[in-house]
Amino acid sequence: MEYIIIIISAIFVNNIVLAQFLGICPFIGVSSKVETSVGMTGAVTFVMVIATIVTYLLQNYVLIPLGISFMQTITFILVIASLVQLVEIMLKKVSPSLYQALGIFLPLITTNCAVLGVAILAVQKDYNLLESVVFAIANAIGFGLALITFAGLREHLDMVNVPKAMKGVPIAFVVAGLLALAFMGFAGLV
Amino acid sequence: MNQWKNFSKGFFKDNPVFVLFLGLCPTLGVTTSAFNGLGMGLATTFVLVMSNLVVSIIKSQIPDKVRIPSFIVIIASFVTIVELVMQAYLPSLFDQLGLFIPLIVVNCLVLGRSEAFASKNNVGSAFIDGLGMGLGFSMALTMLGAVREILGSGSIFGFKFIEGDGMLVFVLAPGAFIALGYLIVLINKINQKTA
Repeated sequence: MEYIIIIISAIFVNNIVLAQFLGICPFIGVSSKVETSVGMTGAVTFVMVIATIVTYLLQNYVLIPLGISFMQTITFILVIASLVQLVEIMLKKVSPSLYQALGIFLPLITTNCAVLGVAILAVQKDYNLLESVVFAIANAIGFGLALITFAGLREHLDMVNVPKAMKGVPIAFVVAGLLALAFMGFAGLV
Repeated sequence: MNQWKNFSKGFFKDNPVFVLFLGLCPTLGVTTSAFNGLGMGLATTFVLVMSNLVVSIIKSQIPDKVRIPSFIVIIASFVTIVELVMQAYLPSLFDQLGLFIPLIVVNCLVLGRSEAFASKNNVGSAFIDGLGMGLGFSMALTMLGAVREILGSGSIFGFKFIEGDGMLVFVLAPGAFIALGYLIVLINKINQKTA
């Protein structure tokens, strides 16, 4: 039951992008096509889950016993940076076309606040290892849901005639606002 | 390069939020009031200036292959300093900004300036670039915070001038996206006119 609450709350109620404002850069940057956003979601999910596991272990078995939990930010970001490097090397070998499509946004997962944010949140909420993993997976799904839904909306936006000053990003923000408004409908769920 | 141009580009022409779309997460996340926006902006400015300085001083010592991780470590150290200092002296602001303080480390603006500017320019230019970009970022956050505070709760910097609640949606998540969207439109218009 606990796990179900974590999942529902992370995907719908406290959606990481639309309610907590984490991972906005890729949300605006790679969401112009559904295909690229699916790839991005895959890469982020992988990094997010592994990063949460590794940072959980580091926090509880290294930083706290040694009394150096003020090093949290530095340690976590280094773990994430090396993981991203790993994914990049793997993807280059396994799927060069996806690697091409993700382009600049792959190294930028390092600076995707969603990944670091979820790792820190899992520690702050005092989850145990299994809960942290569930939390990370649910947040990755929430990220994917927001990103892919938004990509679908933006594909349609391309065909709409909007005022010149609103073309591109500004209209995307307004649409994102409406999407966030829709997600607020889930508010009383948990 | 003309230093004044270098400084002032952060405000309108290359404003990190409105034009370059960098550092959007804290922009949307903390700007529920003008004061929070300003606090976050100044914290980021400090990190940006210091990391720009350090990166431009040691740029020739850093091997090209590991430059991104090195930049991140430099940035993370300054973020930790901000985190500890703010926790000690401004605990209420620290509680308000919450998660977004450690997240300065993944603000694309900071890493972006280290990579694109500080690693290629001398110390003086890097300092001025960091200051200009940081203040431009603070300006954007304060503007967005002010708009949301005025519309959402009828006050500015905590000073209430309209009775009642205002449009609550502007304090909540959707209002952030919508307000930022329209502010970008406004800046686009200004930039088109001056260009």
